[in-house]
Amino acid sequence: MLKKRLIAVLIVNGKYVVQSVKFKHTNAIHYDAAEAIECFNKWSIDEIIILNVSRTEETRMEFSKTIENICKKCFLPVAVGGWITDINYSRELFYKGADKLILNTAFHTNPALCESLASKFGTQSITASIDVKKENKRTTVWVNRGRINTEYHPSDWAKRAVELGAGEIFFNSIDHDGARKGYNLVTLNDICSSVNVPVIAFGGVFNWSHLSEGIREGADAVALANQLHYTEHSARRAKKFLINEGLNVRSI
Amino acid sequence: MIKDIGIIDYDMGNISSLSNAIIEVGGKPSIINDPTSVAGFSKIILPGVGAFKDAISNLKSKQFISVLNDFASSGKQILGICLGMQLMCKTSSENGYFDGLGWFDAEVNKLPKTSNIKLPHIGWNEVNFSKQNALLETIKDKSDFYFVHGYHVECKNYEDILSTSSHGINFVSAIQNKNITGVQFHPEKSQSAGLSLIKNFLES
Repeated sequence: MLKKRLIAVLIVNGKYVVQSVKFKHTNAIHYDAAEAIECFNKWSIDEIIILNVSRTEETRMEFSKTIENICKKCFLPVAVGGWITDINYSRELFYKGADKLILNTAFHTNPALCESLASKFGTQSITASIDVKKENKRTTVWVNRGRINTEYHPSDWAKRAVELGAGEIFFNSIDHDGARKGYNLVTLNDICSSVNVPVIAFGGVFNWSHLSEGIREGADAVALANQLHYTEHSARRAKKFLINEGLNVRSI
Repeated sequence: MIKDIGIIDYDMGNISSLSNAIIEVGGKPSIINDPTSVAGFSKIILPGVGAFKDAISNLKSKQFISVLNDFASSGKQILGICLGMQLMCKTSSENGYFDGLGWFDAEVNKLPKTSNIKLPHIGWNEVNFSKQNALLETIKDKSDFYFVHGYHVECKNYEDILSTSSHGINFVSAIQNKNITGVQFHPEKSQSAGLSLIKNFLES
């Protein structure tokens, strides 16, 4: 039976791994992303997501180099995202060791790219990242690193992403990002019940119980970033917690 | 022990991941762009990430088909991974209807949607061994391996089935006939169990 996944997220800005709070990236946590992987007590983590959150497109080559370095010693699935705007760069990221591409803004500005990537590389290798934010009591999908409101309802956006070729959803809430109060469970549940592809929950994990909440709400994988960097042996502890909760995860 | 392993590069794969894993277990990977050099290897891997149609047309346009057929019938070891395994089958129904290499009497079809499962099949799942094989030595039966696929192989000859896994249905997760082996999961991304499989391929 398919296991629920525990995913480590590395937010990379330039060369550094940074902390993310409501999509603002200030604190550098690690000065070398490959080193951060070592710190993750990697044998408990089931997958790694690496996101280039830099504001400039010129970081693309440096990011691809980072992926190459990480993959040299990391025998785990790796999904990567940020500044994926054409097929050549996508091919390069796969070549350097990525297993899946994560696209966010492209689903808004360039749906044709998403469709052609899905047809070229298969829907299983395309993950749609969906960021939501609540404004005037309405939760909608935001793109371009949380700067543009699409006005779309999250579950409608998720369905649209799947139609365009996404084989997985990576769900994050800007309000919950770094806020330490757990995932946005209401929207997570809404998305999980509206699409048939796997859904990764992200944004807001502080206690391990936040992870099990995400799984119980329907997530196929639970992801965390900041919290992994600040607690010793954190990945292993998180995994142990999920096993003790009786959840179907890969044993360590 | 033969440490040299050729990896077929036809623009459809995570070549580096595979190279890194081979290096990690003490092998020497060579990336093969030139079809004429295939015959010089005693072991090759056919990787693959992507859609069947593009993969088979790339193999054709890069003139790999006949050298791969020769390699397979020579009795030398060949391992197909993910799409690489699917390419070894007779046909695929992914986005149309396409002929594969035809080394296994098998079809590639979409995983059926049953209740309570999500598709594509992404994540770690148990691999249940159906028969003994050198590639599985030292690996515990029912070990978890990483999968990422939407289509699966349906074998006509049950003797070809090396392992099965379950996702809604029981499906074939590895096939093997003599010198030819295919695995649906990604050993290069499956940590210790995966690295053991690659090491076994190196040493078999």
